[in-house]
Amino acid sequence: MKHLMLTAIADISESLRSRWFMVYTLVFGGVVVALFVSGLTESRIMGFTGLSRMLVTYLQITMAVLPLFVLITTVRSVAGDREAGIFEYMLSLPVSLASWFWGKLLGRFFVVFLPVVLAMFGAVAWGIFKGVEIPWIQVLFYTGFLISLAWCFLGIGMLVSTLARSSDVATGAAFLIWLFLLLFLDLILLGSLIKQGLPPETIIAIALANPLQVFRTGAMLLFDPQLVLLGPSAYVILDNFGETGYLLWALVYPLLVGSLCAWLGYRLFRKGDLP
Amino acid sequence: MIEFHGVTKRFRRVEVLKGVDLQIDRGDRVALVGSNGAGKTTMIRCLLGEYQCGGKVTVNGLEPRQHRTDVLKQVGFVPQISPPLKMPVGQLIRFAAGVCDSNPDNMIAVAQELGLDIRKIRRQPFNKLSGGQKQKMLISIALGRKCTLLVLDEPAANLDPEARHIFFQLLEERRDKAAMVISSHRLDEVASLVNRVVEMDQGEIVLNDHVADDVDMTSMLRCRLTLVRPSKAFAQTVSEWGFCDVRDETIWEGRVAGPDRLRFLGMLSRYAAILKGIHLDEAQDA
Repeated sequence: MKHLMLTAIADISESLRSRWFMVYTLVFGGVVVALFVSGLTESRIMGFTGLSRMLVTYLQITMAVLPLFVLITTVRSVAGDREAGIFEYMLSLPVSLASWFWGKLLGRFFVVFLPVVLAMFGAVAWGIFKGVEIPWIQVLFYTGFLISLAWCFLGIGMLVSTLARSSDVATGAAFLIWLFLLLFLDLILLGSLIKQGLPPETIIAIALANPLQVFRTGAMLLFDPQLVLLGPSAYVILDNFGETGYLLWALVYPLLVGSLCAWLGYRLFRKGDLP
Repeated sequence: MIEFHGVTKRFRRVEVLKGVDLQIDRGDRVALVGSNGAGKTTMIRCLLGEYQCGGKVTVNGLEPRQHRTDVLKQVGFVPQISPPLKMPVGQLIRFAAGVCDSNPDNMIAVAQELGLDIRKIRRQPFNKLSGGQKQKMLISIALGRKCTLLVLDEPAANLDPEARHIFFQLLEERRDKAAMVISSHRLDEVASLVNRVVEMDQGEIVLNDHVADDVDMTSMLRCRLTLVRPSKAFAQTVSEWGFCDVRDETIWEGRVAGPDRLRFLGMLSRYAAILKGIHLDEAQDA
């Protein structure tokens, strides 16, 4: 446990000093500021107003940006460290491979999760200051969704880093994974449904397996319990899961995907050559 | 203490180690020499449990891969190329001492002996240190804890003569308590530190021999050099060895660490044409 904590702390402080972290923090902080400045909290669009409207927009932006940031920075850092010879030295110290791998994962999770949540809670604090009603249940669910999404892509990132032998290959693979998942969001799925004549169950199953789509639908469900925005596929989701069931799915499924990928990555890391 | 039994390692189609057999006992100081690509680094990485390999590697009867932490607690490693770590020096020492269950003060004390004041540089990122400072830091981490095996990859390459002398003294203190594997692509760099030479070529051991072990690692040699004429290049080189000009840049005096004598003579051989006299004798106040 001591080694795990030491590795996590070392990874956190290494990340806090790097440029990507500054950019990353500025992006999410900047998004929140931009949403306030653009007067989104004052607008009423499709029934969403105030902080709720802002959080919906923030989450949609986060869905696109967070996975890419997590994937790229994780693979660049982990595969880059191995390439640069950092693994050769650090793993010559008597730290267990489990402590090293999971410590790195935990440290990185803290670093990628913190700015996103701080930005969101910054918005909430601003809302409290302005006397706006705070949708606490939604804020808590959103926090859960963000934990789940960050963990999911961190796990995928660690798996890619273990599989790829160079940071360039790892970065390319991470970008392709992100693009692939992004392409299978609901609008494109709908297009496929119309064009290919695929059974709706197949399309919905693909949507339910895509952690990005799961996150997105979960976030929508909080503000739109009937999923009017989603169209006819909402019936399948609500008939099979129900509102609470789907919210739980949106919380648990990405966590499971991330954990499975991380576990696979760890198994491969243990089996293979370390540096 | 260390046993390599039929150790093989293959990277795709290239066989880098071809059934290496080697036994190293406590008190052995082995020079692992060979040209680039001979398999020295691969062998070290197998020893550290960083590579999966065929055959069997054991350290005190334990396989490094299966008993990683138990084996590596006994091993102090200094790599040839310093890792480009961004973490501050102070944190690196705390991390290394933490995972090795050692006292960071011991590492700081070794650094101090090598002429590196950790208090002044503890906030500096490790990768911003000079080559010599990095090397001293890594040596301090390896020697500042209790270990029975030292694996050193070109350990003194970036050290100044004074730090080299102290480094040799530190090795001398561990002479009978630990085994040492010192890797180098040139034997003259490490010859006087070792009592065994293992030469590798294309993944095989081609020479495994004991060598004369008469050099006192803590000894110092007084040296006086006489030149036929002054030379700027010579002046710069011997100044780096800590020599002083005694007369018109034609007579130079200084001190050379005992184990460094071969390396020093190797350096002098480059200036054979302008050397008129070389006088070396053991200093009493080493």
